[in-house]
Amino acid sequence: MNRRENLKLLFTGTLASGFLLTNCAPEDNKLEYTPRIEGGTVGGRTEEEKLIDQKLLSETFLNEDERKKLDVLVDIIIPADSDSPSATEAGVVDFIEFMMKDYPAYQTPMRGGLMWLDHHSEDNYGKVFMALSKSEKMEIIDQIAWPDKAKQDMEGGVKFFNMLRNLAATGYFTTEAGFKNLGYIGNTPNIWDGVPAEVMKKHGFELPEKYLDTYLKPEERGELAQWDEEANIIRSNS
Amino acid sequence: MSIEIKSSSEPYDVIIVGSGAGGGMASKILSEAGLAVAVIEAGGDFDPAKDEDRTQLRYPWESPRRGNGTRIRPFGDFDAAIGGWDIEGEPYTKGKDTSFDWFRSRMVGGRTNHWGRISLRFGPNDFKRASIDGLGHDWPIGYDDLKPYYDKVDKLIGVFGSKEGIFNEPDGFFLPPPKPRLHELFMMKGAKKASIPVIPSRLSVLTKPINNDRGVCFFCRQCNRACQAYADFSSGTCLVHPAMKKGKVDLYTNSMVRKVTTDDSGKANGVSFISKVDMKEYKLKARVVVLGASACESARIMLNSKSKSHPDGIGNSSGMVGRYLHDSTGADRMGILPDLIDRERYNEDGVGGMHVYTPWWLDNKKLDFARGYHIEYWGGMGMPSYGVGFSMDTMRKFVKDEFGNPSPNGGYGEGLKKDIRRIQGSTLGMSGRGESIPMYHNYCEIDPNVVDKYGIPVLKFHYQWTEHEIKQAKHMHDTFEEILTNAGAVLMGEKPGPETKYGLATPGRIIHEVGTTRMGNNPATSVLNSNCQAHDCDNLFVVDAGPFVSQADKNPTWTILALSWRTSDFIVSELKKKNI
Ligand SMILES: Cc1cc2nc3c(=O)[nH]c(=O)nc-3n(C[C@H](O)[C@H](O)[C@H](O)COP(=O)(O)OP(=O)(O)OC[C@H]3O[C@@H](n4cnc5c(N)ncnc54)[C@H](O)[C@@H]3O)c2cc1C
Ligand code: SF4
Repeated sequence: MNRRENLKLLFTGTLASGFLLTNCAPEDNKLEYTPRIEGGTVGGRTEEEKLIDQKLLSETFLNEDERKKLDVLVDIIIPADSDSPSATEAGVVDFIEFMMKDYPAYQTPMRGGLMWLDHHSEDNYGKVFMALSKSEKMEIIDQIAWPDKAKQDMEGGVKFFNMLRNLAATGYFTTEAGFKNLGYIGNTPNIWDGVPAEVMKKHGFELPEKYLDTYLKPEERGELAQWDEEANIIRSNS
Repeated sequence: MSIEIKSSSEPYDVIIVGSGAGGGMASKILSEAGLAVAVIEAGGDFDPAKDEDRTQLRYPWESPRRGNGTRIRPFGDFDAAIGGWDIEGEPYTKGKDTSFDWFRSRMVGGRTNHWGRISLRFGPNDFKRASIDGLGHDWPIGYDDLKPYYDKVDKLIGVFGSKEGIFNEPDGFFLPPPKPRLHELFMMKGAKKASIPVIPSRLSVLTKPINNDRGVCFFCRQCNRACQAYADFSSGTCLVHPAMKKGKVDLYTNSMVRKVTTDDSGKANGVSFISKVDMKEYKLKARVVVLGASACESARIMLNSKSKSHPDGIGNSSGMVGRYLHDSTGADRMGILPDLIDRERYNEDGVGGMHVYTPWWLDNKKLDFARGYHIEYWGGMGMPSYGVGFSMDTMRKFVKDEFGNPSPNGGYGEGLKKDIRRIQGSTLGMSGRGESIPMYHNYCEIDPNVVDKYGIPVLKFHYQWTEHEIKQAKHMHDTFEEILTNAGAVLMGEKPGPETKYGLATPGRIIHEVGTTRMGNNPATSVLNSNCQAHDCDNLFVVDAGPFVSQADKNPTWTILALSWRTSDFIVSELKKKNI
């Protein structure tokens, strides 16, 4: 097919897309694209959505005390390690702040849970959570962080910590640093040509014989589709 | 596209209400025949190639909620369905003891911007179910009537798949399908042990170009966000916008049709609609009116179109408008594959949907329920989004150390962080989507007590599943467990029992609602004739899923497209003959 015509089309969008990846390795076709996060609203928003997001972003739910407590808690859940940052460094508390407003059902369990942490600390050590030593803090956390081992009267605390763990983890692993840590490779134009051979081998898989000739071959991706009278697609190399 | 509202003095040849699958196809075929067409769409314009509409290739951190769903986009912050189950100012109501959920998109292209692209033809049996099992009714047309149109849709729009020669899963003009992903190979293994077929899926995604106007798939697994290369089918990108470029098509966006207007003889002569921009009512005239507002919404418009000649609503002299509403059945199950914990990392995005599926493979004569289902597979290593890292309080135990000891559930710290990484991409699951029995007593009607914010009376739904659907869901769950277990997966969650109808989804939830303006040869028991023309109004047609007599164990959209093309051809020929 006509390459020039394709190129014309290709750049009508603001973003070069995968029209002509046929003969290039995927690495050659990385999009030039820098994500924008400021303001929290990006393209692809309706006016209604922009207003909702702007409103939520301009409001504050967590007070200073709560934020400080969360800073400590989320870094206990997701600390830094040799090659990745901690939850606070990845902006997890800002994310939690937003989710409190976006999903108001979180508000009472979060506010109440953080308060309960102080009550529980008071009852056991005569001090609020933030005033506890590191090891005292960890004693409290250990009472609520292990759902299968926790005492029955800690059920509420366990629930609170489960919610916190979910939010801290999801807030962390949906950042650039989190993606890197997870090893997710994707969200970029590429050519899917099946599971890599060594992975197939490791799991003992072979592609079904029956479909070997049916599956897409990367080199065909530039050719205009045509069929014979029996509705068989015409393959250039068959 | 800017909003374009005008009171037109010159009548159009055809007014099409709605720009989804049905309306989009009609706009293309009718305008190519040289007719002057107006498309009236309740939502705004949408073009995924424009940066202001594009959500494709965005990362979760570009969303303050990291891709979580909202009221406006329940399937995620980047999903290309603007609307949802619960649209501000556009309520619907339910009868006593009814649960029914209604999903609507308000945008050019309707729900085809984010649909799953599963593009299955109905088979010969699917048009004649009553003859086979005595339940429901046969269609007045058969597979042979639609086959030429399915063929044309395949070539015009593109669908990948494999020729299989299965009688009731007719083959088409397929593009080459992509190879299976790793979790799909596990599913194939599990199904094979249970003698359940798994074949390449059939999705309207261009693995090869079919013309010079659309690009080819670059495997981002985000068809639900709509494709900026137009490499998947959306009605806006593939039908409506191209029709506007080539033919006499005016697109009226943000325009909510209230009713079909009629002349003294009862013939349709146009529509009246409310502009969302100034909240004023406008009228447009045309020789022919085509409804493609989606099955329930078209029924609503017809029921609201009362006049002296149509006292119960236009097309409703049979009282059948809204009746026989039915949706596909659905149930799902999930598991975790120990073999995939610590899995290799590579780009496994693939296309925006499954690469393999299971068509219905059994004979209902040997089963205790009447109709079949197909199975859709999901899982593996997709792009993480809101929800990643959740549920470690119950799932962490699936990760084992080098001595085979499971990690404790819950926890915190570096160990937790590592385990979240290790478990990533190891869950998988499947969904059954099946055929239900169309019932007279399942219906939507106008709720006389409630109007939407445009002052238009809203729909009220009445729906109960029958024994057949409930037993089918039970069968699905038995099958799911067998496949997952055979694949080496550990089942997650509990197997649902009779108290939840075996996990059978609430009616409407599968978003395959059809049948509300069904076709038939008898004007007393159907709304439309076999050409989707209203029995009691010659120049009124329906091109969405309303005309379906029964919704097969396949997804409906390929059939909507084929039927709409066929109906459009009929309109052109009737206009030529001056019959309408
Ligand atoms: C998540 C999801 C996945 C799906 N996956 C699949 C799949 O894989 N395969 C498949 O076959 N199907 C699938 N479907 C179903 C598919 O989307 C629908 O069958 C199809 O879009 C229906 O086309 P339609 O033209 O009838 O209606 P729609 O696509 O809903 O379009 C109707 C249009 O009419 C407009 N409209 C409504 N009322 C009015 C009014 N009063 N005035 C003016 N305009 C109006 C709407 O705004 C809309 O744009 C899926 C749906 C969803 C939501
Ligand atoms: S998977 Fe392919 S067709 Fe679907 S949106 Fe991505 S590039 Fe487009």
